[in-house]
Amino acid sequence: MLIDYLPLLIVFLAAVGFSVFNWGLSHLVGPSNPDSKKLEVYESGVTPDSDARLKFSIKFYIISMIFIIFDIEIVFMYPWATVFKDFLIKTGSHFIFFEMATFVLILLVGYYYAWKKGALEWE
Amino acid sequence: MDAFTQNLIFTVLKIAFVLTFTLLGVTMVILAERRFSAFIQDRLGPNRTWFGGLGQSFADGIKLIVKEDVIPNHVDRLVYLLAPVVMMTPALMIGAVIPFGATIPSGELWLPLLGANLENLVLQIANINVGILYFVSVTSIGVYGIVMGGWAQNNKYSLLGALRASAQMISYELPLGLSVVAVVLMAGSLSLGEIVKVQQEGFWFILNFPAFLVFLIAVFAETNRLPFDLAECEQELVAGYHTEYSSMKFGMFLLAEYANLITSSAFIVTLFFGGWDVPFYDETAHGLAGVLLSVIVFAIKISFFVFLFIWVRWSLPRFRYDQLMHLGWKRLLPISLATVVGTAILMVLFKDLYH
Repeated sequence: MLIDYLPLLIVFLAAVGFSVFNWGLSHLVGPSNPDSKKLEVYESGVTPDSDARLKFSIKFYIISMIFIIFDIEIVFMYPWATVFKDFLIKTGSHFIFFEMATFVLILLVGYYYAWKKGALEWE
Repeated sequence: MDAFTQNLIFTVLKIAFVLTFTLLGVTMVILAERRFSAFIQDRLGPNRTWFGGLGQSFADGIKLIVKEDVIPNHVDRLVYLLAPVVMMTPALMIGAVIPFGATIPSGELWLPLLGANLENLVLQIANINVGILYFVSVTSIGVYGIVMGGWAQNNKYSLLGALRASAQMISYELPLGLSVVAVVLMAGSLSLGEIVKVQQEGFWFILNFPAFLVFLIAVFAETNRLPFDLAECEQELVAGYHTEYSSMKFGMFLLAEYANLITSSAFIVTLFFGGWDVPFYDETAHGLAGVLLSVIVFAIKISFFVFLFIWVRWSLPRFRYDQLMHLGWKRLLPISLATVVGTAILMVLFKDLYH
């Protein structure tokens, strides 16, 4: 029921309120005397010579792609896991186990491929 | 007074309790961390403020609030200001689905304001039937806070820290999710109240030790604690994704980190150590006293895991980044998959045991 989620909305508002209150308070109470040196990028005392948003390694991109694939596959396991116990008790059939075993096997093929392709390497 | 208003009042009370517990807990955990680390390193740590240093974290908080709030010129202002909020909000929200005590029977509550027709009071803010999914999804929102903070500062250290942190957190989310699947298999439900109930009637899920181990390691990585704190390793990246934050905005990153620590410990306890369950004791036997005992036992169990986090942090050195990725993708992921399949096989084999 949707009414069950009302407390979560209240918690959300309380949490955001707390954060914004803190950040506003320190903005109001704290002193403010900025100067050009203070507002510079901190790079251990060296004057920065370029923008920080440079190109970064493609590995991060590959990792996030593999993550999305695997995460979606894990999400598929949740409904299965939820009904697993009830199904076993009620029907006594092992069908539900072999169904997921097949799925995991297919998952493992993809995992093996990614491993052999070197997508999981980080050197 | 109608039932809706009653429930609303109790919900607000419970929210106030949980948020107070988390935030006071954060100050105590920070103090505990500083004291324990001092003992481990053979020094004393902060022991002067108030009674033996109890006021140290409050003093630090006040200091952070009255410090200058520097917003550097080169930042992306909106994202920069939003990042601490995005970090803090999920850290406080996770606590909403954790059952923190036994149900109070309706006869036990004597509150003249609320009338006599009370229902049983469940000690959990939101008793939703997808509690586990809520936990998994809300914890991953924390990644956005880190990425937004790191990107907005236009600082090389921050960007590198944020990149590392996000890659690490998504990598360890897979073993985390899979070890939770093993728990869901045994409980047959996604509701945390139900999971605690199953453990109370049967056995604690710590018996599924591989799943617990994987979950524990993944939680260490998710909360960015040593030995996995590559995101802010001081020697390389200054302070990682919060290098250019000052005053309370920096304080909020710190608060969120420790709040995450507490809620993660609470989740370990709920999933594997029976939640508020007091071993060999019937919580309903002594009315309100039994309920109070269950809340206290829950707090003690959480404290143990918080202590474990601190202990590990000050005992182990940091991983190298390739070792971290190697552990996450090539070791923990297959182990957690095997745990899920193994749990299912055991459940099929010993079906007669849990009928």
